[in-house]
Amino acid sequence: MTIELLLSAGLGVVTAAGVWLLLRARVFDVIVGLTLLSYAVNVFIFLTGRLRIGRPPIVDDRLAPTLANYADPLPQALVLTAIVISFAMTALILVIALRANAETGSDHVDGAEPGGAGEQGRQR
Amino acid sequence: MQAALLLPVLALLPFAGSLLVLTSPNAQRMRAVSLAAAVAVAATALVLAAAPAVFVGEVVRWRIDWMPQLGLAFGFRMDGLAWLFALLISGIGMLIVLYAAYYLDADEPAARFFGFLLLFMGAMLGIVLADNLLLLVVFWELTSISSFLLIGYWSHAADARQGARMALTITGAGGLALLGGVLLLGEIVGSYDLETVLASGDLIRAHPLYPWALALVLAGAFTKSAQFPFHFWLPHAMAAPTPVSAYLHSATMVKAGVFLLARMYPALGGTDLWFWTVAPVGLATLLVGAYIAIFQHDLKGLLAYSTISHLGLITLLFGIDTRLAVVAGVFHILNHATFKASLFMAAGIIDHEAGTRDMRRLGGLWKAMPITAVLGMVAAAAMAGVPLLNGFLSKEMFFTEAVGGRGNAVMDVLLPLGAVVAGVFSVAYSARFIHDVFFNGEPKGLPKTPHEPPRFMRLPVEVLVVLCVLVGLFPALIVGPLLAVGAQAALFGGPYAPLPAYKLAVWHGFNLPLAMSVVATVGGVLLYFALQRRVNLHELVKLPGWILSGGREAFHLFTELKLGTARLITGTLENGSLQRYLFLLVAVALLAGLAPQFGGDGAPAATPAGTPLNFSVLAVWLIGVAAAVGTTLAHRQRLLALLLLGAVGLVVSLTFVYFSAPDLALTQLLVEMVTIILMMLALHWLPAESPPEPGRARQARDLLLSLGAGAGVAALSYALLSSGFDSISPYFLRTSVAEGGGANVVNVILVDYRGYDTMGEITVLGIAGVVIYALLAGFVPAARPRPPSSEPRSRFLPLIARLLLPLAALVSIFLFLRGHNEPGGGFIAGLVLALALILQYVANGRQWVEQRLRTDFRVWIGAGLLIAGGAGIGSWFVGAPFLTSTYAYWSLPVLGAVPLASAVLFDLGVYLTVVGATMIALVSIGRVSAAGEAGR
Amino acid sequence: MTWPHWIIVPVVLPLLCGAALLLLERLRPALAAPLSVAATAAHLLVAIGLAAQAADGTVRAYLLGNWSAPFGIALALDRLSALLLVLTGVVALAAVTYAVAGEGRSRVDRLGPHFHALFQFQLMGLSGAFLTADLFNLFVFFEVLLIASYGLLLHGAGAARLRAAIHYVSFNLTGSALFLIAVSALYGITGTLNMADLAQRVAQLPPDSALLARSAGLLLLVVFCVKAALLPLYFWLPATYGAATAPVAALFAIMTKVGVYAVARMYTLVFGADGGPGAHLAQPWLPVLALGTIALAAIGAMAARDLRGLIGYLVIGSAGTLLLALGLGSRETVAAALFYLVNSTLVVAALYLLADRIGAQRGAHGDALAPGPFGPERSLLGAAYLLAAIAVCGLPPLAGFLGKALLLAAARDTGYAAWVWVVVLGSGLAIIISLARAGSRIFWKPYQPPAPTAAMATSSVQAVALGGLFVALLANTALAGPLARFTGAAAQQLLERRPYIDAVLGARPVPPAMPIREVLGGKPGKDRP
Repeated sequence: MTIELLLSAGLGVVTAAGVWLLLRARVFDVIVGLTLLSYAVNVFIFLTGRLRIGRPPIVDDRLAPTLANYADPLPQALVLTAIVISFAMTALILVIALRANAETGSDHVDGAEPGGAGEQGRQR
Repeated sequence: MQAALLLPVLALLPFAGSLLVLTSPNAQRMRAVSLAAAVAVAATALVLAAAPAVFVGEVVRWRIDWMPQLGLAFGFRMDGLAWLFALLISGIGMLIVLYAAYYLDADEPAARFFGFLLLFMGAMLGIVLADNLLLLVVFWELTSISSFLLIGYWSHAADARQGARMALTITGAGGLALLGGVLLLGEIVGSYDLETVLASGDLIRAHPLYPWALALVLAGAFTKSAQFPFHFWLPHAMAAPTPVSAYLHSATMVKAGVFLLARMYPALGGTDLWFWTVAPVGLATLLVGAYIAIFQHDLKGLLAYSTISHLGLITLLFGIDTRLAVVAGVFHILNHATFKASLFMAAGIIDHEAGTRDMRRLGGLWKAMPITAVLGMVAAAAMAGVPLLNGFLSKEMFFTEAVGGRGNAVMDVLLPLGAVVAGVFSVAYSARFIHDVFFNGEPKGLPKTPHEPPRFMRLPVEVLVVLCVLVGLFPALIVGPLLAVGAQAALFGGPYAPLPAYKLAVWHGFNLPLAMSVVATVGGVLLYFALQRRVNLHELVKLPGWILSGGREAFHLFTELKLGTARLITGTLENGSLQRYLFLLVAVALLAGLAPQFGGDGAPAATPAGTPLNFSVLAVWLIGVAAAVGTTLAHRQRLLALLLLGAVGLVVSLTFVYFSAPDLALTQLLVEMVTIILMMLALHWLPAESPPEPGRARQARDLLLSLGAGAGVAALSYALLSSGFDSISPYFLRTSVAEGGGANVVNVILVDYRGYDTMGEITVLGIAGVVIYALLAGFVPAARPRPPSSEPRSRFLPLIARLLLPLAALVSIFLFLRGHNEPGGGFIAGLVLALALILQYVANGRQWVEQRLRTDFRVWIGAGLLIAGGAGIGSWFVGAPFLTSTYAYWSLPVLGAVPLASAVLFDLGVYLTVVGATMIALVSIGRVSAAGEAGR
Repeated sequence: MTWPHWIIVPVVLPLLCGAALLLLERLRPALAAPLSVAATAAHLLVAIGLAAQAADGTVRAYLLGNWSAPFGIALALDRLSALLLVLTGVVALAAVTYAVAGEGRSRVDRLGPHFHALFQFQLMGLSGAFLTADLFNLFVFFEVLLIASYGLLLHGAGAARLRAAIHYVSFNLTGSALFLIAVSALYGITGTLNMADLAQRVAQLPPDSALLARSAGLLLLVVFCVKAALLPLYFWLPATYGAATAPVAALFAIMTKVGVYAVARMYTLVFGADGGPGAHLAQPWLPVLALGTIALAAIGAMAARDLRGLIGYLVIGSAGTLLLALGLGSRETVAAALFYLVNSTLVVAALYLLADRIGAQRGAHGDALAPGPFGPERSLLGAAYLLAAIAVCGLPPLAGFLGKALLLAAARDTGYAAWVWVVVLGSGLAIIISLARAGSRIFWKPYQPPAPTAAMATSSVQAVALGGLFVALLANTALAGPLARFTGAAAQQLLERRPYIDAVLGARPVPPAMPIREVLGGKPGKDRP
């Protein structure tokens, strides 16, 4: 058992949890699922830089500028961008969910309680 | 030269006219009529002007490029055949315009009618003049479209609409087939140029694709000229005004089909395949049409089926595939056009003046309208093939060919037999036309009292009938030369082959064809009166042997089934369920990820010894996994789910810390706090619990997919972790300080190396803020789903919060400034400030804050983006690309070296945008929840 | 156009205008619309200028931040990007003009706040996506144009739009997650993000990592096909586009094309014929699924109950046709695709605006495919509908026909010839039938009372917006020759990837006019506390 294996496995579990919630019928659950998924994705991106312990990419003149001495900074930058974007998206879909719930009187992902009123409104 | 220039003028004139007419108001009837007439006359004149050139065997050409890449040229070519057809189209067009001027009622939109008519005329001329097969297809489809419009002219009538759509469907389909065929011919010949194609007949016939090309081209021709079993659209097209029927369904559009046969004959004809497809279809159509015609009660219906039958005859003649047969075919095209057009117009007159076309009610009209009666009878006689009329001559030629014999047992019997039977039928329905309309007792309860039509409404009929007679009497004199050039071109004659010897005369002496004519004529008359006596046609409601009416039922069945099936399929696929769509997406992604792994040997690379596991990581991730699983299990208790979600986020940021990503850890932590706060605020306003979901099966299915997806990601990640790679990153480590001006490489990447990404990223954030504002601005929730959880506020919290605010502001500035060298930067700093402000909301309540903090955060976003963008543009002025950073250092106490990089200006933009967007999100959701409480 | 920075203008201009509009719409609301329209027009002009540049066949690279590729982010302008920029410009100008036209409820940009800011941001996202030569940056700009499109879709709110938005947003968020996984995986395998660099490195991968790269590449294909609406990922489209306001739907006509563009770029440059172990990644998936998409789109069109729904399936059908032609992958088919792209985009945009006018003329009956009353503009709109229908179902003489003919002719030499012909011609017929039925029901079938109570007249500005698109359609037909020459050359350029790679990786940072590094001297590394 190595850290690589552990992290990958953990990653897998978080992803699975995210996907399962993604497939639920309530917007809020979907949002939680998407958030979990984004956590998993962020870690995944981060891991593509491989693992370094205790070597933050803050340049120290005494160390040769190689990936042996520093964690890979690029994926970290990508993750930061990804975090921000997924944050923006989460906030947005939350508000959409809020409005939709108010307008349609349901927080079902299809904007109508199954078999309930508005069902046909959904069917274009 | 000038003859050449006349071609594009001739071809485009009707379109120009059509445009003029269509743009003139419907009310100005005379304007429309005179314009149309002028165009038709001019067209005819132009055609005649080309006569000298054409009759000396010259081929007039004109062309410009349109789309060379497709081999499509905009070019025209006029040889004998084209000239002959052009004359028919423009000449008869002229008569039709005159006729229609009287036919249309005053209150009917004249502009639309004549506009469409001219459009159609142009399309027809285009077909016969096109010297590029693709261009021919273009005009071909244009006739389908314009005839659709003409048939549907009386759009208030259901049968007009249906007839129009049926015609469009059938002929449109044929057009697509033709396109296919033409493209194949292009593939074979390597060019769509008409002459090239016509000249490479042998090449085409030898090519393996020949059968396909032939089938597709014929499909086009047969649908257009209403050949069995596609004939059924034609009778339905009779819903059109009679001038349209007279023009489209006798003289021109249906003739486009046989024109195509004639045109392509040199390239496609002369094979057994040709004979065995074209001849039988022609024969079948000839017989079926003639047979059904006898039993029609509607005048136009009778004429429609007779047209079908005559088109079958022409098709058969081309199918018989002898040079003489082709001549006969061309000849009959001419004759049929003349007598059928006049018959339709006569029928129209009768309909117009007597108020009905039903032969069961008409009768004895010769007293009421003697002149029309004479005209009608002569034309009908020509149709029946009575001697001394034009119909007789081409029919004789047809009989001659029918008995010609091809040395094939079956056909040598079928052809003469069929010819005679068809002859009998055609005489029979002609007899019925004459007898039922003009004699056969008195009219029975007509809506109007019949009388002769206006002088000029009859003129066109007279002209055509006179032509029938003249041709019948002096064929050689009247049509000799015309037929010669036409037939020669049809045979692609001239240099390639001399015209076969034939004699245009009324009297060929006693011979088999003559005998056949006699039999046909006598038999036909007998048959008609026999039917009159025995079955009494008038009582007949259902056509004996109606099944022969062919594809019509099939078509109706199809149209009925079509819609239902389509709705069923679409409805099943798109049930509007997001759950299904997302399931599909994830499943497809999973398959996409797996597919290649089946390809090669999935042998993983030699895994390097990984990092040994240590307790802290294990513990942290056990928590993480537990929390993730917990979230799914507890997802129906939303608050609980949120807390567990937070735990997962915490684990993620711990992972970042441990594996040397301080910036990430910090950001993740802050973002997560804000996110959770947002979700809690939103939960204020959503149901606290998810109702249970039905369907164990679905849950199992979803679970399976989730596990699959998880496994996939895990496998991919592990494969990456256990394989080496050669990254571009060392470059950043090398150059960050010297060229990027910062030691914190991640931050330098964000604001400099990949500052462009960051610009996009904050734009996303900013847009989110704007959209959230737009969604919640002025939105006041009606009522709250559940009672407010008004938690008592502690007395200390507000105090602490207020003290905390300035401190937080300081920290945020500090983080902002040092970001370039140490963890921090505009984004993190912005979030810190935002959080501090939020704390005020939580602690002191909305009013307290909004009294003190009068700002519209949209301005922060706008300003932030402007600053960031401006900072990027700044570099233009030092001649460097967008977002090139310039910097200097400025030593301050405590903070040490502060980079005054333009990157910092950029970072300021980030800072403002982050604060703005985050605050908008929090404040507006907070406001809504508060309003929700207030709204109670 | 010797100024070196033109290439970035299509991104920066809308960004700054969008930001400015955020302030302006608060301070001087009256100025917002004119600025937005002017900016969009300017955007189009710049795009045309860039197209004129690109026409000479050289690929132009632009190093953002003056960092040489693959380390910084590079932009690249070739014929394809230029073509799409111009197309975007044309559609956008028509859309924004239409949005500012009309009064009261029919004036779209007043239905909610910040229409113009969002519109500009959308423009920025589109331009960025068409220009970037960096895969992660492509992701970023996908997000920009997506979130802007969420905003635009929701413009005017209402239950239907919120419903549609929930589907559209969550579907695309999942897509974005996949995008991130794919991109970072490719980074983890090749160590680079620059497309040109990626192309080189993928071609030299050892077998086992090549397999991983192919997996990542296919994931990416899935992501792009979500945008391009390929079977079975298009189900969200008709409802979404149908729910948007007319000008937004018209602008969305370009959105599916972003996916198509991304496919065209990535699966020629990186996973194309010269991709070594990553070569021909999109075969056979793309052609097969595209054929299915075309067929089902035609069926959907037949089943449609209202005009916007019908148009939605036409969008899917044309996207399918494009992906089919790209999937077949020969120079001729790709050329055909690029030619067809222009007409299909323009006509769909025109149809959405037209459907809006028709709806406005029929009062409560809207654009339902059922007889209803009709205002005074029946003949005019009828004529426009006829023209648009001819263009969209590929009937002569308009460019839709030329494009389809080009594709069918090009498909003759591919393995799929028979299938392509049957499906494309068959679906064409089905669409003709549906459009004829729709037209007959809306314009012909009589109804009492003949005139609706609330028929909103078409304002002159709306007419201009629509007319502009029709003029573009006709020009596209008349100038088919020159356009086909351009698209043919674009296809050529797309398939021979060398020049692109050399241009991007060969670009050198400019020596700045004045020393911009260390103005005040002193190594920061040392000054650090």
